[in-house]
Amino acid sequence: MSALGFNLHAIAAIYRFEMARTWRTPLQSIVSPVISTSLYFIVFGGAIGSRMQAVDGVPYGAFIVPGLIMLSLLTQSIANASFAIYFPKFTGTIYELLSAPVAWWEAVIAYVGAAASKSILLGLIILGTATFFVPLRIEHPAIMLLFLVLTATTFSLFGFIIGIWADGFEKLQVIPLLIVTPLAFLGGAFYSISMLPPFWQTVTLFNPVVYLISGFRWSFFGHADVSLGVSLGMTLIFLAACIAGVGWIFKTGYRLKN
Amino acid sequence: MPSMSSAPISPATTEPIIAVSGLSKTYATGFSALKTIDLEIRRGEIFALLGPNGAGKTTLISIICGLVRPSTGTVFADGHDIIRDYRAARAAIGLVPQELTTDAFETVWATVNFSRGLFGKPRAPALVERILRELSLWDKKDTQIRRLSGGMKRRVMIAKALAHEPRILFLDEPTAGVDVELRQDMWQMVRRLRDEGVTIILTTHYIEEAEEMADRVGVISKGEIILVEEKAELMRKLGKKELTLQLQQPVSALPETLAEFGLRLSADGGEIVYTYDTQAERTGITTLLQGLSEAGIRFRDLSTSQSSLEDIFVSLVKERA
Repeated sequence: MSALGFNLHAIAAIYRFEMARTWRTPLQSIVSPVISTSLYFIVFGGAIGSRMQAVDGVPYGAFIVPGLIMLSLLTQSIANASFAIYFPKFTGTIYELLSAPVAWWEAVIAYVGAAASKSILLGLIILGTATFFVPLRIEHPAIMLLFLVLTATTFSLFGFIIGIWADGFEKLQVIPLLIVTPLAFLGGAFYSISMLPPFWQTVTLFNPVVYLISGFRWSFFGHADVSLGVSLGMTLIFLAACIAGVGWIFKTGYRLKN
Repeated sequence: MPSMSSAPISPATTEPIIAVSGLSKTYATGFSALKTIDLEIRRGEIFALLGPNGAGKTTLISIICGLVRPSTGTVFADGHDIIRDYRAARAAIGLVPQELTTDAFETVWATVNFSRGLFGKPRAPALVERILRELSLWDKKDTQIRRLSGGMKRRVMIAKALAHEPRILFLDEPTAGVDVELRQDMWQMVRRLRDEGVTIILTTHYIEEAEEMADRVGVISKGEIILVEEKAELMRKLGKKELTLQLQQPVSALPETLAEFGLRLSADGGEIVYTYDTQAERTGITTLLQGLSEAGIRFRDLSTSQSSLEDIFVSLVKERA
């Protein structure tokens, strides 16, 4: 333990452990999400995109890139983090974490940090891959990275909560499949929400994913459905809500301790 | 064995290394797993916690180690409150749980180093190597845990618990489903740890293990500690055995000459049961057999049995009621 009273060795140990799992399963962790996203680039960017109208002056193939990266980022962050904490609960090895001199927020930093690192890495690989299929420019790389980190962190936290809440593999899948994937597809990954009828435009504003995709797209093209400030604000609100949720779980021992 | 980084244990220290007072646990289901537990474990001793299944052994250990929240009461481990000062308390404790739960895909080396880090200690490859060698795991260090046998997995769990050089080691049913070789290795290691000043608390429902290993024994039943005794004293109390003789010819009554033995004759007259004290200087068996032969009573078979621990618990609980 360090003099400051932080268990930095524990954070490092968990982080390394989780990252090692990624390198042990590169096909599942990296190759497979990259390939499935690349298929979208080929189909919508290369094949169909050339026959589609440009959206707000951006060729369709390029327009969908930020949304598709966000889509991968969301699903991979949730999957990484939920599995990372669910699996020790399932096998029983969590006894060790619960009996260790580790504060809840240290465990969260380590697990969520590892899950977010993986999906940020994945997002960058997908971005690199996209340049093979569609011409791309990034006007605000720093903002782009900021959204990448914020989204990966927020949804890793969200996944962590799901992983603790789930008491079976089905529950582990149900929120990503039934809520997150629809929200992501309807969040403007493939279209600008200005293309929707006015009523559905209003409905869409209740979808948090709209703000993530919009803010991320702004960093690429300098304009988007929602202003940068609103996108950033909504992302931070969701991040704060997830932190509060995790804090509550550890304070009460919910699903972790009797 | 790893050199313990803690301060040398002074024999004059009287403060218990674990002090449990007024501890109770009622689960959300309403099940009262622990009534009111008061228990002190002495620094440097091997303490065996005996009790039938479901008595509360694992609940008690789980509370001390931070896995279960107590309903009432306090626990101090190595002078630290396990809740207010959980970091210091937990850093002093190593736990080998009853269930074999390991990360299937990790290597032995990775998982033991992970445990050390988790408990806040910097990497120490030489120390981890010593632990693995002592547990005969060194040649398996790069093997994935799922490829190990059950006994080897148990060794891995012990290595994980020792990786951060705890001053208190909990072994929850360490010999359940363990082969003779591992059992002997384990007891040898436990003794050496004790010699280095580590306090060891083990749970078991085998009285022989407590007999072989422990300095003191506590008996827990239905969520209550019903006695804590020096082992020697307890063995004297519990060391009763029964010798059963199956007779060739049933007898209707026992000869007067054998009255001093307090024999019991079975209803059909075919069996004689003699209860004796294994700890006594003379068990009286030789004299009894001579007496039987002089009385012309012949037997065709004999067997001895020790009252099972369960029986002893039942009688202990009855005595208290």
